Amino acid sequence: MKTERGKNILLAHGSGGRLTQELIGSVFGRTLSNAILDKMDDSAVVKLDGNLAFTIDSHVVSPLFFPGGDIGRLSLTGTVNDLAMAGAEPLYICAAFVIEEGFPQDDLESIVSSMSLAAGEAGVQVVAGDTKVVERGAADGVFITTSGIGLIPASVRISSSAARPGDAVIVSGTIGDHGIAILSKRQGMDFQTEIRSDCAPLGGLVATMLDASRRVRTLRDPTRGGLAATLNEIAAASGVAIEVDESSIPFRSEVRAACELLGLDPLVLANEGKLVAFVARQDADKVLSAMRGHAYGAGAVIIGEVQESEKPRVYLRTLLGSRRILSMPTGEQLPRIC
Amino acid sequence: MPLTYLDEFRSAPQVQRLLDELIERRGSELKIMEVCGTHTMAISRYGIRQAAPKGITLISGPGCPVCVTANSDIDRFIEMSMLPGVIATSFGDMLRVPGTRMGLAEARSRGADVRIVYSPLDALRMARENPSKHVVFFGVGFETTAPTVAATLLEARDQGINNFFVQSVHKLVPPALEALCSMPDLAIDTFLCPGHVTAIIGPQAYKPVAEEFGIPCVIAGFEPIDVLQSLIMLAAQVDEGRSEVELQYSRGVRPDGNPQAMALMLSVFEPADAEWRGLGNIPGSGLILRDEFSDHDAAVRFQVDVSYSREPRGCICGDILTGIHTPPHCRLFRKVCTPDHPVGPCMVSSEGTCAAYYQYED
Amino acid sequence: MCLAVPAKIIEMDKQIATVEVGGLSRQASTVLLPDAAIGDYVLIHAGFAISLLDEEQALETIRLFDEMTGGMASGGA
Ligand code: SF4
Repeated sequence: MKTERGKNILLAHGSGGRLTQELIGSVFGRTLSNAILDKMDDSAVVKLDGNLAFTIDSHVVSPLFFPGGDIGRLSLTGTVNDLAMAGAEPLYICAAFVIEEGFPQDDLESIVSSMSLAAGEAGVQVVAGDTKVVERGAADGVFITTSGIGLIPASVRISSSAARPGDAVIVSGTIGDHGIAILSKRQGMDFQTEIRSDCAPLGGLVATMLDASRRVRTLRDPTRGGLAATLNEIAAASGVAIEVDESSIPFRSEVRAACELLGLDPLVLANEGKLVAFVARQDADKVLSAMRGHAYGAGAVIIGEVQESEKPRVYLRTLLGSRRILSMPTGEQLPRIC
Repeated sequence: MPLTYLDEFRSAPQVQRLLDELIERRGSELKIMEVCGTHTMAISRYGIRQAAPKGITLISGPGCPVCVTANSDIDRFIEMSMLPGVIATSFGDMLRVPGTRMGLAEARSRGADVRIVYSPLDALRMARENPSKHVVFFGVGFETTAPTVAATLLEARDQGINNFFVQSVHKLVPPALEALCSMPDLAIDTFLCPGHVTAIIGPQAYKPVAEEFGIPCVIAGFEPIDVLQSLIMLAAQVDEGRSEVELQYSRGVRPDGNPQAMALMLSVFEPADAEWRGLGNIPGSGLILRDEFSDHDAAVRFQVDVSYSREPRGCICGDILTGIHTPPHCRLFRKVCTPDHPVGPCMVSSEGTCAAYYQYED
Repeated sequence: MCLAVPAKIIEMDKQIATVEVGGLSRQASTVLLPDAAIGDYVLIHAGFAISLLDEEQALETIRLFDEMTGGMASGGA
């Protein structure tokens, strides 16, 4: 069974009839094939034992294809990373597609196949899925919701509320890449240099870190709202102050340049393949060198530390050496002239 | 290594020395108004306010399009954005500004086609690509921005793009500074003048402020070194009893500005009276389209009723912009008006005076 | 008021320049700065070159600044 190339998705593809079968078979089944999915039962049946991490995330992104990734890769890595940030080993993923009538089938196929590649890289299986087709205009191309399950090793206790005074704050690499990659396409920025999204699954990196130390206290991926939002959330959850040093936060020079040109703050831009870790001071160097040995942690650096505080606060030590509050971002990031 | 024109002016150890110097030099109280919103941003980004000596107070002035655009002008643009067949284009700065009934972001949520652009040329391109639509560009900003809009309008005319319109609420800096200086209760000792506006209009434009009103002016760049060096230059003028126009930002500003850009700007626009939020109507302080360009004038093409317009009740942004009051004087501050639900413009921009107070003073 | 960023002109086609900032390039109009040429550093605002940056003056600012800070050697160029 093979659908013809160059075709568009029709409402009938979501009707539950033969076309639905055809689409599921040729696009999803073939590409994401594994023993559990291939059974095509109403539920995936898996055997797990231990502390489960269970999460869900909806993915809407414009454009659907961007330098460094697409919505397929993003929807897979996003959920894998949410599991990894709980200290879990990501295992199984479910995916639900809402597709706009008229969406090119070729595009759908490349989205699903990049999802499949990312799953292979992340070591997870997509074990169940669902497809709905909605009328033109009722969705923007395709929306993908993924949920995932992972197992947390018995010894691991990772939480946003676990950061303690003295902990080192580590980021796994350059900040703001995804945000600029998307923005430069979306706003018609016409940069002639391509800035690629950092979109990547971080389960392997986290496993390496947890192997290196039992004192990794907090892990978060700074997606929407960027580093600024993530640090503020952790400060609030843990009831501490966090001070980071602006000059030690790594940025690609192109990202920095784009931010200068557009008047954006790189600290509030989304990342899709980076994590922030809070690690007990005495283990910080150990964790850091373990991270640097991993492809997705090669650029890891310590950017700050946790401090005792009555009020949860995030401070930025500026390039000048003075200290200012880094606040929770408000609203969307847009090119400014002022 | 070639200059990057950025990194050389950001080096931290040098700046620390300069700060110490400033602290040493200052004995008496000094109120400095940074006229330009981009200076406000730089001051906040580098923590200059926190680092500056106690005796120096930095007050954010009227150089931010978000802060000075009158509600009636915002309402007019929003009404236009709701007209059928209109694509409303604007710099990102304006999206969150609340109008009388709603802001642009809300208009968009109600179905208006609002698009954010980086350059007016992007808006012109949208007009070219959507010949059946009317593309209206919200022309905000000062002498730096007005020439870019003028150049875009000339291109629209040359290429015969008839569906491109501009609502011009551009403003001119020197008349506003002079109006500020004439206010009886002005509480400002010196002006930190905007480097990029001056790159167009030239340093001479501030002569009346320095010479007739006796207020020292320094035209400053936007990197930490620039700002700090300019603060020192201002302090020195006050100490020595001088009031002159001095140029710190000499790498970016020519002695005569950019005459070509000025000429181009004035070939498309002509000065007119303009309404500034907080400062009221200032004669000759705005730019409107000349008659030859009336075909591209959104104000002519789209008649909308904004008789309901009024400034936000209770908001004292005007007094804050002129340094008369600080945000805690405002009854709405922190109670009703917050960064997530801004009432007035000083709370909208994350670096507006009220937003800055909200974050730092508690 | 007006965000403008220093950029280097690396290509020129009539009044459209390709400018480079920190490894990132994009196009900018030179209509407002007709004398701009390849190799010049200019200030870019809203997609337009608005002013020529003066190398001598830039170095002079750094020098003056060094003087102010007590002749300490500058860390920059
Ligand atoms: S606190 Fe809000 S309402 Fe009060 S002056 Fe500031 S912006 Fe206006």
